[in-house]
Amino acid sequence: MNIQSCVEVRNEWDIVKARQSGRNIAKELGFGTVDQARITTAISELARNIYLYAGSGEVAIERVENGGKFGLKIEASDSGPGIKDIRKVMEDGFTTSGGLGAGLPGVKRLMDEFTIDSKENEGTVITSIKWLR
Amino acid sequence: MDKLVIQLLNESRERIYTRWMDEMERVRDEHRLQSITDTAYEETNKELFEIIYTHIEQNVHRPTDRMTEFAEHLMKIGWRLSYITQGLQNFRRIILAVLLDANQSNEKVYSMYDEIDRWIDPIVNQLINESAKNWENTVSIQKVALQELSAPLIPVFENISVMPLIGTIDTERAKLIMENLLTGVIKHRSQVVLIDITGVPVVDTMVAHHIIQAAEAVRLVGAQCILVGIRPEIAQTIVNLGIDLGQFPTKSTLFKGMKTALEMTKRKMIEIE
Repeated sequence: MNIQSCVEVRNEWDIVKARQSGRNIAKELGFGTVDQARITTAISELARNIYLYAGSGEVAIERVENGGKFGLKIEASDSGPGIKDIRKVMEDGFTTSGGLGAGLPGVKRLMDEFTIDSKENEGTVITSIKWLR
Repeated sequence: MDKLVIQLLNESRERIYTRWMDEMERVRDEHRLQSITDTAYEETNKELFEIIYTHIEQNVHRPTDRMTEFAEHLMKIGWRLSYITQGLQNFRRIILAVLLDANQSNEKVYSMYDEIDRWIDPIVNQLINESAKNWENTVSIQKVALQELSAPLIPVFENISVMPLIGTIDTERAKLIMENLLTGVIKHRSQVVLIDITGVPVVDTMVAHHIIQAAEAVRLVGAQCILVGIRPEIAQTIVNLGIDLGQFPTKSTLFKGMKTALEMTKRKMIEIE
């Protein structure tokens, strides 16, 4: 069985929808409350980035397995403007929207694995995994 | 409607009724009406059928008042609009079949078909429009109601106010929080404001950013913010995110925050003997 869900992000309420389904899946997989909060926050950040910078996109959440280890994978994808300088967005405090600039580096710290794939004017795919311990 | 059509429909009313009832029984599950007793379902069907027939008798091309009331009543008790629209669609299918059985010329059949379409479609359309309007109304009323609940500032003691936040904070609510905080602080002459986030499910960078901004604005008007109700898991995610909440005091519970607030205004709680 592969628990998964995919939420389209078009407005602010879709962010709530995305993280709610993330929290449910995390709970089903057996994550503790702290990790549930981490996962939900990470989804919230990624979904908000989609809403803020790309306008629309989707957040897919699924269960992954690697050699007996189980985890939860978040894949946030959009076809927005893309990220110009990936190294820069991973710096704490860098922001183009007047926010705190803690979103992406924060997600990296909240989760266990984190990859960005982005092309300018084509879009961005961010994949992040939290392993169940 | 054509007199001949009306006559035909009146003549075969019994036949149409039996076939229509059969059809309605078949679609019952689709409208999630399994929990309703058989007799209640049958009674409602019967009523709907009669109401549909009154449209024919009165020869009207829009929902009669009785139909509108009936629809409103059903929606109120939780039935779906699709039950009625499907009822009408089934009705159309059956009367067409009946009319075809009556051995008319092709042209005649076509014109009847056309007429029935023109009769039923406006009824369906208007029912859907009205129900959509009702929904929109409800949603906008709820939106206003939600806004009223959104960010209350409660003056608890002299110079001390509390703002309990419950639920998700979006951009619109963040704006309200800021406005209510500032106007409230000035109105109640608060020196200390406690913002309670016990009921906020997720504190991400945006929420934190809004809280920091609100606290900073409160500082500018000469009061002090204390953030209370930080649950352990929220504390950990805030640290992971690397958010600096160092500019203002934070406490785990409203009670502890209240104690600090009293101290800041040179008062304290004591037990009386």
